[in-house]
Amino acid sequence: MDLNTVVEIRDARHPAPWRPGDAWLGGGTYLFSEPQPHLRRLVDLSRMGWPPVRRHADGSLEIAATCTIAELSAFARGLAAGAAPLFEQCCRAFLASFKIWNMATVGGNLGNGLPAGPMISLTAGLDGECLLIAQDGVRRRVRVVDFITGAGRKALTEGELIRSVTLPARALNCRTAYRQASLYGLGRSGVLIIGALDPLDGSLAITITAATVRPFRLWFPLPPTAGALRSAIEAAVADDEWFDDIHGLPEWRRHMTFHHAEQIRRELGEAAR
Amino acid sequence: MRVEVNGRAHHEEPRAGQCLRTYLRERGWFGVKKGCDQGDCGACTVHVDGRPVHSCLYPAFRADGCAVTTVEGLASPEGDLHPVQQRFLDAQGFQCGFCTAGFLMTTAALGPDELADPPRAFKGNLCRCTGYRAIEDAVRGVKNTEEPAPGESVGRSLPAPAGPQVVTGTARYTFDVDVPGLLHMKLLRSPHAHARIVAIDTSAALRVPGVRAVFTHHDAPERHFSTARHEHPEEDPDDTRVLDDTVRYIGQRVAAVVADSEGAAEEGCRRINVRYAVLPAVVDPEEAMRPGAPVVHDKDGTLHRIARPRNNVVGEAHGEIGDIEAGFAEADAVHEDTYRTQRGQHASLETHGAVAWIDEDGRLTVRTSSQTPFLTRRALCALYDLPPEQVRVVAGRVGGGFGGKQEMLVEDIVALAVLRLRRPVKLEYTRAEQFYGATTRHPFTVHVKAGARRDGVLTALRLRVVANTGAYGNHGPAVMFHSVGESMAIYRALNKKVDAYSVYTHTVPAGAFRGYGLGQVMFAVESAFDELARRLGLDPLEFKARNVIGADEPMVTPGGHEEDLHIASYGLDQCIGIVRRARAETGAGLPAPEGWLVGEGAALAMIATGPPGGHVADARAALLPDGTFDLAVGTAEFGNGTTTVHQQIAAGELATTVDLITIRQSDTDVVRHDTGAFASTGTVVAGKATLRASRALADLLLDFAAAHLRVPRADCRLAEEAVLHPGGRLPLKELYAAGRAVGVECAADGNFGGTPRSVAFNAQWFRLAVDPATGEIRILRSVHAADAGKVMNPMQCRGQVEGGVAQALGSTLFENVRVDACGKVETFAFRHYRLPQYADIPRTEVHFMETADAIGPLGAKSMSESPFNPVAPAFANALRDATGIRFTELPFTRDRVWRALHEAGVRDGHARGSS
Repeated sequence: MDLNTVVEIRDARHPAPWRPGDAWLGGGTYLFSEPQPHLRRLVDLSRMGWPPVRRHADGSLEIAATCTIAELSAFARGLAAGAAPLFEQCCRAFLASFKIWNMATVGGNLGNGLPAGPMISLTAGLDGECLLIAQDGVRRRVRVVDFITGAGRKALTEGELIRSVTLPARALNCRTAYRQASLYGLGRSGVLIIGALDPLDGSLAITITAATVRPFRLWFPLPPTAGALRSAIEAAVADDEWFDDIHGLPEWRRHMTFHHAEQIRRELGEAAR
Repeated sequence: MRVEVNGRAHHEEPRAGQCLRTYLRERGWFGVKKGCDQGDCGACTVHVDGRPVHSCLYPAFRADGCAVTTVEGLASPEGDLHPVQQRFLDAQGFQCGFCTAGFLMTTAALGPDELADPPRAFKGNLCRCTGYRAIEDAVRGVKNTEEPAPGESVGRSLPAPAGPQVVTGTARYTFDVDVPGLLHMKLLRSPHAHARIVAIDTSAALRVPGVRAVFTHHDAPERHFSTARHEHPEEDPDDTRVLDDTVRYIGQRVAAVVADSEGAAEEGCRRINVRYAVLPAVVDPEEAMRPGAPVVHDKDGTLHRIARPRNNVVGEAHGEIGDIEAGFAEADAVHEDTYRTQRGQHASLETHGAVAWIDEDGRLTVRTSSQTPFLTRRALCALYDLPPEQVRVVAGRVGGGFGGKQEMLVEDIVALAVLRLRRPVKLEYTRAEQFYGATTRHPFTVHVKAGARRDGVLTALRLRVVANTGAYGNHGPAVMFHSVGESMAIYRALNKKVDAYSVYTHTVPAGAFRGYGLGQVMFAVESAFDELARRLGLDPLEFKARNVIGADEPMVTPGGHEEDLHIASYGLDQCIGIVRRARAETGAGLPAPEGWLVGEGAALAMIATGPPGGHVADARAALLPDGTFDLAVGTAEFGNGTTTVHQQIAAGELATTVDLITIRQSDTDVVRHDTGAFASTGTVVAGKATLRASRALADLLLDFAAAHLRVPRADCRLAEEAVLHPGGRLPLKELYAAGRAVGVECAADGNFGGTPRSVAFNAQWFRLAVDPATGEIRILRSVHAADAGKVMNPMQCRGQVEGGVAQALGSTLFENVRVDACGKVETFAFRHYRLPQYADIPRTEVHFMETADAIGPLGAKSMSESPFNPVAPAFANALRDATGIRFTELPFTRDRVWRALHEAGVRDGHARGSS
């Protein structure tokens, strides 16, 4: 929709002091989807020229904030890594269609901080770390699980930019399992659980997203028993951290989390044997 | 900025925050539609450098240097249709057509991988009309349309006359007009559920550059009216002002700002300073009826036609036949429960809105997205003391209605602005405003008590019905009365009792919605009888079959019998037969996944083929100088397909083909009167007027030809483009010229008053599977039997049934306008209010009954609202069969289904299966 209070588009390549009413413009698929009467300027990231994805020498994968979902999906198709299938699975968890993938960006999804954000699920599940750049140029790195602090809440200061998110090689080499549940067919995620089994040491990480107000990554040195997994989830997620909105009752989300986490435990447990 | 659109270069700079959708529309590319403006519905899909995007989310400035293709650019420059356009025409993969450009542009961009998985490919495209089967046919290249010989149109699947315009993006909907000097209106809406406006300061708003005027309650007429449109205005309470000094729901309009741009109007709204005296509010209808509850309308009941204003009861119905207590005493089993239906939204893809101006003759002209142009003119005349000849109301092609546009929600305020400013003014609702500033389906609470004997005879049926009509009573009493009509009359019981209330609350108003109350009460009654049969150990379908009225029986409600209502054809037995056959075919349909619970269930429905109290339609058929015909009808086209049917009826009477009949419609200038396209009357009432006009014209042509040729009338016969006579063939062109020479006008009028009326029948049956571990439900098979009398156009009628079933599945499974404890609508976008998507809707097998109605035109009956009504109870009955649990509250979302199963201790099929 038209954002009628926006009076200026600024190119992010030419820095200028951040002002109230400024917002970073990635793909625009969120900003243009709701009224934003508080905004006056959009700082356009589309000409930054950041390579969408870069494989570093240490095997880690750096995904630029401006990488579109379509670019990520295309890249992952050629990715030789244990976790490769997870990329497309998470892309498909978007409520939005492939048309939106052409515009929406990974950074935008992270920056929105919604529990159902599938790029949050993906990068939290693979132990990702955000690179943030503050207005004064100071850079810091924050793990995705710590970056999202609540439903729609994230550890960003005023004007701070998400530059990229990096997935460590160790996580990329994991064998992964994925489960998603929605109230609707191909619908918005009410529950999204990712399992990552590390072939090097047999450790298992279970990441809970969408069902909870923020991502939870539970790490087990060895695949746990069913009871231990359930206890660990119960201990980690407080009662008021099960997300309560129109896309699922909290008690259903909690149940579906146990249900799918257990399925993942079995799937990866059998793979480990 | 340089952007090439369909090969044409545009250089105008976009506004900084402008999206590509409005940039394109402002350049005249009206094929790009606004369904949601939020990226959810896909109606605005275009290609940017070959990639499909939602243009409402695409920052316009980023199109600099790009090539954009809209639906107008899909065909070749020579005008040859793109294969996808041709396939949508051949399959008629549309109804209202408002979403079609988006589907075309999406389909044209699909690769083989995506085409292999249509549910996923069409995640970003919503269609509210079709139920997606016709779209699937279009994608797969199935041809559904026919081209029959002259005079043989009736009963064949002719294509919609507007099809070529729909698939090329040239069909003109409400806002697809370029009006020079147009001003834009935006509405300031109430943040309070109940408040008195103490003061309203518009001075800052008026200082915003571009703002031309601000209207408040001080500018509005004192008189009250109802936004609901009926032939007889006294059916609805007069409780609404154009702008009021009291607000009664969150979202009610408080002021209107008119400005040079939407942006300036929005800014004007933000600068209005309103001082409210907040008053206590009530959002629950039961609480609203209790003594001491806040009064929504402190008005004179007689003057405003409100039954009991102090109790918030806008209308009520009470009646009893037989002796209800004796009926229960006689019963061997009694079922008693409370059933609840939720608020729903029509979600027509085209929002409400109107564009109005003063024409060169000084007439107020209103172009609006309405089902009732004639009644809207009547209301505007009454409101502003204008004579009818000073007001013209026109509907373009309407992008979906479903009852939501049987209201005057915008025309009144737009007319006020135009009459004051003498400038053209447009008001176009946002998708969010559709949810909190329009109307909804009435939420109902129905307490049922039903009793039957061991031998399966129903002895007593008692209903207590409470309908929440929201802050204004538009359609409230009428919906309530209708809700307990056919739903109770379809079953024979000597003892029936009803107490029904339409109740004001401080919430968004409810209004007319497909089914008009029947669906809500049928959910209760059809569920209750299923349950009652089970208690008696009887088969639920056979129990119902035993108690439904027969062809010669009276239709009796506790209120008595409606004089002009007749069973002029009876297909209910055939409908039940279809369900029996479906149940017996155990191998048909999808297999159930292992560990899932399986059940089947049915529900029946009856509906009158028109509203009580009359429904008027005029039509005029005329021979034109070139030998073709002109047909003028009042009724609007919003995808219901009645334009096709009118052409077919006329073509049949005039022995021609539909391409030689031009239809002019939905314009108060073209005929004297038309009550409107609602209450399922497009075919049975307006169609009958068309039949009469066409038949009269055929008679006139033959009379005149016989006299002109001096041959016996009996020897003359109408044929394609000529009158055949013993001496040869008199072309209609020559006949027209001969008539003109002697002053004979070859035109005839037809009229129908909508009475007497018949009834149509429907039955729906599902087999489904439920996963007790997750609450997920899969429809294994869906069968619908429809008694539409003689089916005028099988392809379109099937589309009406499929669309009705799909819309009803939405309300069965997930659609829900949620209102919080303060009365605020929480779901105001499609991402929060789930509409059925391609992935959600299974194929429904549609069967038509072999009946011919004695009242309807050429034996036809209505089939537009009624397919909706049996769906939810059939689903609930199948769910009961599968799980043993009676679900009494809609919708049946997975989380609620799982919770109910969990609480009832229904075993986890998966755990059993895997351990």
